Amino acid sequence: MIEVKNLSKKYGDKQAVKNISFKVEQGEILGFLGPNGAGKSTTMNMLTGYISSTSGQVLVDGVDIFEDPKKAKASIGYLPEIPPLYIDMTIDGYLNFVYDLKKCKLPRKAHLKDVCDLCKITHVKDRIIKNLSKGYRQRVGLAQALINNPPVLILDEPTVGLDPNQIIEIRTLIKKLGKKHTVILSSHILPEIQAVCDRIIIINKGEVAADGTADEIARQLTNEHKMTLRIEGTTKTSADKEEIVKAIKSLKGIKYVRADMERERGIYDYDVEADEKTDIRCSLNALCREKGWNILMLQLSDLTLEDIFLRITMGENDVKLEPNERPRINLKFEESSAEEAEENGGNE
Amino acid sequence: MGAIYRREVGAFFTSGVAYVFLSVFYLLSGYFFYAGVIGSGRTDTSPMFSSMFLIILFLIPILTMRLLSEEKKNKTDQGLLTAPVGLWDIVLGKYFAALTLFIIAESVVFIYSIFLAVLGEVVWTTLLGNYFAMLFLGSAFIAVGLFISSLTENQMASAVASMLALFVLYLFDSFAVNISNEYISKAITSLSFYSRYIEFTQGIFSLPSVVFFLSVAFLFNFFTVRVLDKRRWG
Repeated sequence: MIEVKNLSKKYGDKQAVKNISFKVEQGEILGFLGPNGAGKSTTMNMLTGYISSTSGQVLVDGVDIFEDPKKAKASIGYLPEIPPLYIDMTIDGYLNFVYDLKKCKLPRKAHLKDVCDLCKITHVKDRIIKNLSKGYRQRVGLAQALINNPPVLILDEPTVGLDPNQIIEIRTLIKKLGKKHTVILSSHILPEIQAVCDRIIIINKGEVAADGTADEIARQLTNEHKMTLRIEGTTKTSADKEEIVKAIKSLKGIKYVRADMERERGIYDYDVEADEKTDIRCSLNALCREKGWNILMLQLSDLTLEDIFLRITMGENDVKLEPNERPRINLKFEESSAEEAEENGGNE
Repeated sequence: MGAIYRREVGAFFTSGVAYVFLSVFYLLSGYFFYAGVIGSGRTDTSPMFSSMFLIILFLIPILTMRLLSEEKKNKTDQGLLTAPVGLWDIVLGKYFAALTLFIIAESVVFIYSIFLAVLGEVVWTTLLGNYFAMLFLGSAFIAVGLFISSLTENQMASAVASMLALFVLYLFDSFAVNISNEYISKAITSLSFYSRYIEFTQGIFSLPSVVFFLSVAFLFNFFTVRVLDKRRWG
């Protein structure tokens, strides 16, 4: 649906976006994640044809946005960071203007009513936008993006400045929209991306730092497979413990096995670490089936999205964990410094 | 273009700019009509039209000052530039909205002419000639104002710069007088808005001047489109 090839943008000497490439398929909800100033808005502005790229190409449904902008723009609904609202108009007047501007062919009254209902602004539609709260303005912004039912929706920080209830409402709405539209949304709020998006692209310093689902990214990033297992042996005594440790150790690619505490009667937890390239989950299953053991719990101690984000955006080039370091422990430090960095961060 | 045109005309009235513009225009043209035409016992409206040159020079920037500067400041240009419309649609929509308001303003002369018709014989050819002369002059001024409005985010800066630019155009005649080189002096005079306009009020309907004003209007609208286009590449 959207294809971005080697997109770059330079502002004078400053390289805002460097060689970004990605593809978004129809019906996908893609999350753009990155700290302030990472180039999210710049990228989105290029996707929508608001600014040009220094080099590279954007194809919307196969149409180049710089070669046939009218056609490409017709299939995009865009909610910029600041909704482009004329604050001295009423919502109704404004949406009618957008309807005309987009040369919408759908039946006017019915379509505008649908959009208003979807964004829950029907009851305020005769009010002047100037007098509306931030949350309502954001919804009007979303409504204008939805007019003419574009197959692609690009939403730049759609929930910024909203209260928690409104955030949940907008997220639910986006999820609902994602069933019919291709959605790209940007945010620096992690739970939001995690809650809404099928796929995540992390942008840092103008480059794609990671691309995939949260789990995929975690795996790309850490190259490690640590997990905690809870296995029920056949005898349910401490004799199981040694047998299980021994058996797991004999599997291919295992670096380290240690029996942990007795969590349930006669059942122990095991910390297991495999080497970088091996996913031991399958062979582990096979082993347990063969021996008649039951895996009661398997918990990957891979990184959470939050860890990943902090690592990519804060960390130096070295993103590997120290062997025995638990990723959670030093998180607090990084979190606070991350917030500081966001506050100090420049404009996008 | 239609959507932008309708919105802009509406915005002139909701923002109150239209009322300020129209009332000042009506007040001053009414005064000149009284002092220059009725007061001196004539039915020729030309004195009123020649006095109005300076007035519209200062009034038109008020019409054009926010047209593009406000869009940029409030980031509403993002909505326009990502909609499936061309840059010419945006510029011309705004241009014609301002021109419409100008036409509403200057059409008041037809109401004045009713008074004249009651008092005496109206010379319709000079009235219409003057009317169109002012229309062409306004078209050129609005294009200049719109262009300057596209250069800044600040309405006041836009208004003041436009007034200044139009005033400098007005002064072209006085520059020309002081230049000894005949050709340069002639070239500058040919660019003078004032002498071309005054010709009309003296009863000469000069086609080259019509072409001149319309070319200026086109040229500055073209520049405005270029400014918007260039901003994308910045």
